[in-house]
Amino acid sequence: MNALLHHAPVLLVAVPLLGAFAVPLVAKLGANVRRSFVGIIALLTTAIAGYLAASFYAAGASPIVYVLGGRMSLPSGMVAPIRIMFEVDGLSVFMILITALVALAAVLYTSSNWKERSGGPMKDSLMLLLIVGIFGMELTGDLFNFFVFLEITSIAACSLVGFRVWRGRSQEAAFKVMTLYTLSGLFVLLAVGLLYGQYGGLNIAYLATMIGSGTALVDKIALGLLLTGLAMKAGAVPMHMWAPDAYGEAPGAASIVLVANSQASLYGLFRILFTLYGSAYSPQSIAWILIALAAATIIVGVTMALIQRDIKRLIAFGAVSQIGYMMLAVGVGFAAMTALEPADFGFVALQGGLFHMINDAACIGLLFLAAGVVIRRAGTRDLQGMGGLAHSMGWTTGFFMLGAFALAGMPPLNGFASKLMIYESTFKLSPVLAILAILASILLLAVFLRAFQAAFLGPRPERLNGPQSVPASMLVSMGLLAIVVIAFGLFPGFFVDKIVTPAANALWNGRDAYIQAVMLGMGG
Amino acid sequence: MTGITTGFGAWNPIAWLLLFLGVAAAALILRRFGNKQYKKNTGQTKAFLSGNEEPEASALHVRGAHLYWGFVDGLSAYYRRVRALHTGVLSDYVALFVGTLGVVFIVLVLSR
Amino acid sequence: MTLGQMPFVVSALLVVLGLYALLFKRNLIKMVIGVSIIETGVNLFLVTVGYRAGGQAPIYTYSDPSAVRVLPTPQALTLTSIVIGLATTALLLSFVVFIHRHYQTLDAEKIKELKG
Repeated sequence: MNALLHHAPVLLVAVPLLGAFAVPLVAKLGANVRRSFVGIIALLTTAIAGYLAASFYAAGASPIVYVLGGRMSLPSGMVAPIRIMFEVDGLSVFMILITALVALAAVLYTSSNWKERSGGPMKDSLMLLLIVGIFGMELTGDLFNFFVFLEITSIAACSLVGFRVWRGRSQEAAFKVMTLYTLSGLFVLLAVGLLYGQYGGLNIAYLATMIGSGTALVDKIALGLLLTGLAMKAGAVPMHMWAPDAYGEAPGAASIVLVANSQASLYGLFRILFTLYGSAYSPQSIAWILIALAAATIIVGVTMALIQRDIKRLIAFGAVSQIGYMMLAVGVGFAAMTALEPADFGFVALQGGLFHMINDAACIGLLFLAAGVVIRRAGTRDLQGMGGLAHSMGWTTGFFMLGAFALAGMPPLNGFASKLMIYESTFKLSPVLAILAILASILLLAVFLRAFQAAFLGPRPERLNGPQSVPASMLVSMGLLAIVVIAFGLFPGFFVDKIVTPAANALWNGRDAYIQAVMLGMGG
Repeated sequence: MTGITTGFGAWNPIAWLLLFLGVAAAALILRRFGNKQYKKNTGQTKAFLSGNEEPEASALHVRGAHLYWGFVDGLSAYYRRVRALHTGVLSDYVALFVGTLGVVFIVLVLSR
Repeated sequence: MTLGQMPFVVSALLVVLGLYALLFKRNLIKMVIGVSIIETGVNLFLVTVGYRAGGQAPIYTYSDPSAVRVLPTPQALTLTSIVIGLATTALLLSFVVFIHRHYQTLDAEKIKELKG
C-alpha cells in the first residue's frame, strides 16, 4: 500500500496511458471485452485518484513531491532541481478529483451499446489520452512538462472534435481548434524558453524563488504570453470562438472531457499567477485583466447562447460563460490577496470560484450527456426539429432539468452555493460586477429553459414516435453526476471544508509551502 | 456541516428545504379548506376566452427556437454587432488572439 | 546588437512571419505553413538560449573536462518540440484534406458554416 501511495501521482498518468495504447489490441477480442477493459481502466484511475486524495487530506494537506526517476539529491555545486517532479498540493488534488469524476462519467457514457457508426476503439483510446494529458497538466511541477501535457491534450482533444469524419462541420471545427491550440501552445513554449533562458531552471518551485531577480521586461513578456495562451485554452472572450465549435462538434461524452480540459488550462493559469509569479509584477493590473476578461466572457457567453439553434452549441456557450465565473472569482481573490491590506473576502472568492469548478463540471456534464441522448433520439441537433421527448425519456428530462437549474444557481442545488460565494465576495470589490453576474445567471436559466422547452415539451413530431429506450450505462453516468450535484448542494459546508478550502489555501497562502516542499528537500 | 458561511451571511440548504417543505405543507393544508363541490370538465373549470373556443395546444405551442424573440429583438443592436464578430473565419480568430495578447502586453509593460 | 544576438532577432522575425501568414493568407495550407514557421521560430529561440560563446557539444565522454559546453537542456526541449510540431502539422494537414473533401475549397473565407 505504501508503494502504491508513493507512486500514485505518476500512476494517475501511467494507467490511462497504458490503457489508451492497449485498447486497439484489446479491441481485437471483441467489443464487449474492449468496453469492460476501458471501464476497468477508468475505475482504476478513479480509485487511485480517490486514494491519493484521501491520504493527502489525512496527512494534513501538505504538498507531496514525487521525483520521477529517484531521489532529489544533487551533485555538489548545483542549486537548481534537476529532475522532473510532480508536485501535488491542495489545488492539484482538487482538480484531480474533478477530472476523475468527469473521466468516469465520460467512459461510462461511451461504453453504452447504442449503435455507434465506426471507430469505437479509437474514440476510447483518444479519450483516455486526453485524460492522461489533463491529469499530467494538473500534477506536474515542471513548466516544460506542463507544455508537453498541454500539447498531448491539444492533439487528443482536436482528434476527438474531428472524430466524425463524415461531417464537414466537425473537420472545420477541428481545424480551427487545432490551429488555435497549437498557436497558444507555441506561445506557452516561448514563455517557458524565456523563463529558462533568464533563470536556468524549469521547475516551478525553483522559478518561483528566482522570479523578480532578473530583467523585468523578460518576465513580463513571459507572463503575458502564459496568461493569454492559457486563457485562450480556457475559453476567455474574445478568444472563445473555438469553444462552441469544438464542444458542439465533439461526439457525445467527449464534450465533457473537453470542458475538463478547459478547466485544467484554467488551473495552469492559476498555478502560474499565484504560485509562479505571486505578487512580483503589478498584481493589481493582472487581477483586473483577469476580471475584465471574465466579465466579458460571462456576458458574451450567455447572450450568444440565447440565439443558438443547435442544442450542443447552446450548452457550449453556457459552458464558456461559466468559465467566466471562475475567472471572475479568482481574479477578485487575486486582487484582494495582493492589495495593500489583504481582505478576507478574497479567500471567500477563491473558495467560491474553485467550488464552482467542480459544480460546473458536474452540471455541464449532465447537460451535455442529456443533450447527446436527445440528439441520438431525435436524429437532429436543431432545436426546431425536436419536441415532446419528455414522455418517453423521463430520466433524461429530469437530469437535464437538474443540470440546468443547478448551473443557473437555483437553491438548494450546488450551483447556488458556489455562486452565492462568488456574488457576495465580488460585491465587496465592485457591485457592478456582482450585478452583472447575477443577471447573467438569470439569463442562463432562460437559455436552458429554452432548450428544455424545445427538446422535451410540446407536441412530438411524427417521425419521433415509437419506443426507444435509453441505454442503462448512459443513465448510470448521468446519475453519477446527478448524485454529485445533489450531494454538493445539500451539504456544501462539508465539501467546502474538506475539498475546496485546502485548494483555496494553496492559492491564498500556500506559495511558500509549495516552494519549500521542493527546495528544502533538495539537500538529499 | 451542511451550511456555508461567506463572511457576510450564511446559507444552509437543509434549513431552506425544511422551510420550503413546511410552507408547501401549509399551502396544501389551506387548500384542503377549499370548496370541493364543482363539476369538472364543464364551463366551471375551462379557461374563459370571451366565449371563444380554446385552440389545441399544438397550435399554440411556441417552439423553443423562437421562444425569446421579444428579448432578442429588443437587444438587436447589441446582437447585430456581437454576432457579426463571430465570423467563423479562422484568420479573425487568430487576429483576436494576437490582439488580446497585444493589449495584455501593453497593460503589463506600462503598469509599474 | 552583437553578432551573437542575431539568432534571437531571426527567431522573432520568423514568429512574426508565421503570424503574418496565419492572419493574412486565406488558403488553409498557407495557414498551416504559417503555424510551421512559428514552430521553427520558437525552436530556434530555444536552441539559441542554450548557446555559450565558444562552446562545444555537451558531451562528457572522452572530452576535455574543462572545456566550455553549450547547455544540453534546451536541446532536449527543442527535440521534444520538433516532434510535437511534427504530430501537430500532420494532424492539421489531415483535417485540411477532409475539409477539402467536404467543402471543395480551401479558402478560409468560405469555410464558415460554424458561425454566429
